[in-house]
Amino acid sequence: MADQSAILTADGQPLKVGLRRALRAQKLRAMLLIAPLLIFIVLTFLAPIADMLFRSVENRIVSETLPRTVVTLERDWETLDTSPPETVYAALAFDFSEAVERRAHTRLATRLNYEATGFASLFRKSGREIDKIGEPQAEFLINVDAAWKDPATWISLLADPSWAQQAYDRAGEDVPAFRLADRVAENLPETASAYESFARTITNVDAANPAEVAPWSSVYLALSRDLAIAESLSGPEAARLEAARDALATADLPSAAEQFAEIDDDWADPELWEVIKTFSSHYTAGYYLNAVDLKLSLGGIETQPAGKRVYLLLFQRTAFMSIVITISCILLGYPIAYLLAHLPLRLSNLLLILVLLPFWTSLLVRTSSWKVLLQQEGVINDILVWIGLVADDARLTMINNQFGTIVAMTHILLPFMILPLFSVMKTIPPSITRAARSLGANSWTAFWRVYFPQSMPGIGAGCILVFILAIGYYITPELVGGRTGTFISNRIAYHISQSLNWSLAAALSTILLALVLALYNLYDRIVGIDKVKLG
Amino acid sequence: MRCIASIIITISAFVLSLSTTHADGHMSNTLTVVSWGGAYQKSQVNAYQLPYQTLNPSVEFVWDESGAEAFAKLRAMSEVNNVTWDLVDAVPAEAIRACDEGLAIELDHDAVLAPAPDGTPATEDFGDMIVSDCFAPQIVYSTTFGYRTDRVPEGVDPPSGACDVFDLETYPGKRALEKRPIANMEWALLCSGVAYEDVYDQLETEEGRARAFAKLDTIKDQTIWWSAGADTPQLLADGEIFMGSTYNGRLFSVIEEQKQPVEIAWDWQMFDLDGWIIPAGLPEDRLARAKDFMRFATDTQRLADQAKYISYGPARKSSAPLVSTHATLGIEMAPHMPTNPENAENTFLYNYVWWADYRDELDQLFQAWLAQ
Repeated sequence: MADQSAILTADGQPLKVGLRRALRAQKLRAMLLIAPLLIFIVLTFLAPIADMLFRSVENRIVSETLPRTVVTLERDWETLDTSPPETVYAALAFDFSEAVERRAHTRLATRLNYEATGFASLFRKSGREIDKIGEPQAEFLINVDAAWKDPATWISLLADPSWAQQAYDRAGEDVPAFRLADRVAENLPETASAYESFARTITNVDAANPAEVAPWSSVYLALSRDLAIAESLSGPEAARLEAARDALATADLPSAAEQFAEIDDDWADPELWEVIKTFSSHYTAGYYLNAVDLKLSLGGIETQPAGKRVYLLLFQRTAFMSIVITISCILLGYPIAYLLAHLPLRLSNLLLILVLLPFWTSLLVRTSSWKVLLQQEGVINDILVWIGLVADDARLTMINNQFGTIVAMTHILLPFMILPLFSVMKTIPPSITRAARSLGANSWTAFWRVYFPQSMPGIGAGCILVFILAIGYYITPELVGGRTGTFISNRIAYHISQSLNWSLAAALSTILLALVLALYNLYDRIVGIDKVKLG
Repeated sequence: MRCIASIIITISAFVLSLSTTHADGHMSNTLTVVSWGGAYQKSQVNAYQLPYQTLNPSVEFVWDESGAEAFAKLRAMSEVNNVTWDLVDAVPAEAIRACDEGLAIELDHDAVLAPAPDGTPATEDFGDMIVSDCFAPQIVYSTTFGYRTDRVPEGVDPPSGACDVFDLETYPGKRALEKRPIANMEWALLCSGVAYEDVYDQLETEEGRARAFAKLDTIKDQTIWWSAGADTPQLLADGEIFMGSTYNGRLFSVIEEQKQPVEIAWDWQMFDLDGWIIPAGLPEDRLARAKDFMRFATDTQRLADQAKYISYGPARKSSAPLVSTHATLGIEMAPHMPTNPENAENTFLYNYVWWADYRDELDQLFQAWLAQ
């Protein structure tokens, strides 16, 4: 053994090392050859799919649009049967003002409207009237001291002096990102936060200079809230703040909650807040739950009410119909493939063209021609009535139902069954059946015991092709499926192009993909994927 | 990626700006318009594009027929900051949502749309048709019922409107309805005796919904549920159904162009609108061109002209008196308009804003009902 490992190549290296190096070089060359295709597939196929599927759990929009609200809601609101405390409404006022300026509130509304009806119009309406939130406070403060109307007062109160200098110098030009003064966030936390989002948003969105614009009314709301609890007022504008505080102490101004309820009563509805709280996390299982007829709530997972359950039924139907279509393809395709494989070459080539012909016709044309054939006033019913098999007033319904989908899809997918079967059957030597016959088997036994098992790899390949194509089909079921013959893919298509609930579509697709992979795995265990042959 | 994309955009904007400098100032010379294909798009080409090109011979038009998926594609384009469309033909429901999502720009209607010839500002001339800040209305169409005249039982008056679709005893035969809740739910309630003004209040309640589904249940098995506008005309022409809902322009072509034994039952026709939206994020020159064309295409004469080619009513009040005869058939178009007083005795203008809220929920209920 020791001798063997010491075999050296001509240049004195151990053979093993030389061999490994040669192999590695070969592998590298092979990798380089497929690299363009691999990169192409990863970039244009895998990455977009992964990105799309990722949407099924992604839910940042709520916490990004209403950051302060979400935090306060989590901290301050526990009793779910009452509306949340004032702190939540105040946080909402600050977040909403910013969201409206960025036009993000309606986008969030579309998202939340998927979970509960009413968000779309509530947010749109509130967005139009957002200036009313904090308006009483603003008017009151300006009444006390007109300086509160002046942007400069706010700058001297809140802004970092060096930033303020830049802002004044660059009037009309690009203003640098707003910076708060030191310690102001400790003394006036809400005002600082609300003003900061005001200043940053108008610089970014409207390219405006905070030194020239009076803040949103929600900032006045924040100031009045801070003053109500502030202990020591020192630093810039202390005198003004004190005057404002003393005036506010005796004033009776509506709270943020009351002001929101003034815009729309729905803001006082605990159910609305429950939805926001349930979907406030960065990631959610909500879409997956919806995709299997469940729903997420604060109390945990619930089943959808009976009237809204539809997806499980459609998954079941999709699987069932795909199996029926696959079986019909075997039953119809096997004899044809057998015939093709055993006819003289010239004839079989001609027939093969007939099998391939449907591939060269548009899918829509093929589907529509099934309509012409199968409808009640169609060719088949006309013939049946003419020969007297069916009464004129009892014509068969063969389209716009499951039957129609199965017929049309079996026809469309048949070549995918015939071609692998044909190429496998071509490789089975005819002498084997003849040998079986000469050994005493009758023609059935010779076929069933000898020929059929050898054609199994073709059936396997055909089944996988047809089943996987069938399970994701949607054009044909949409056109001829009617009410009972539609697939889950029709709902996915609906959510992609109509409702634009891409996350739910992604969840449904992921489940469908998982289903296909599970079935593939099962198939591999039972039949063995190595037994599948395409020729 | 974003960096490369912005370089490409800058370069293409630069190239575009080069090619336009010799035309009219800073407007782009190509215009990509999204519409719905078919006779409708042809009417837009004839009524808007060709006269516009006689005035601006250097402008090239690219028509994209993806109207049905426009909203989804627009969102995908805007996510990668590469909007290739300049003007999109959309229904109000989509315009509202596109506006909500920031996919379309908000319009100052009086500034961007032409006033009527007598000087009436656009907002007054269009009136209620301006249903969203992002929406510039074009036409009024309706979803209504066509029926086979040769299948009306003897001694019975022909159907007059939507409610006859639920009357299987008087009018036996199959029906066709669209595979979505919008319009069907309203008809079901109206025809089960709910007053016009209560329909949407009822649809917000469990009982109201149950009532609508119960009404639809009576014809569920006799109905073919369509999803493409061309389905009902084909089903009517083949005699597959006795009556079915579709867009009135489609019925016009079945009746007047294909001379099929079909008539329209106008009662409770469901009005809908169609109009333009301008995608958000267009470069200056393309935006200017899109606005310029939109202003031209929605003026009083252009909207009246479109009615020469298709039986959809102009959305402007001032266009109505100018509606004349069909361009090739030579027949008077006014009686075929959904807005014609004789056809518009009982009409339903569906509530877009309500549907923007309730669409997701009701659609799920409707699909679940349909699948069972």
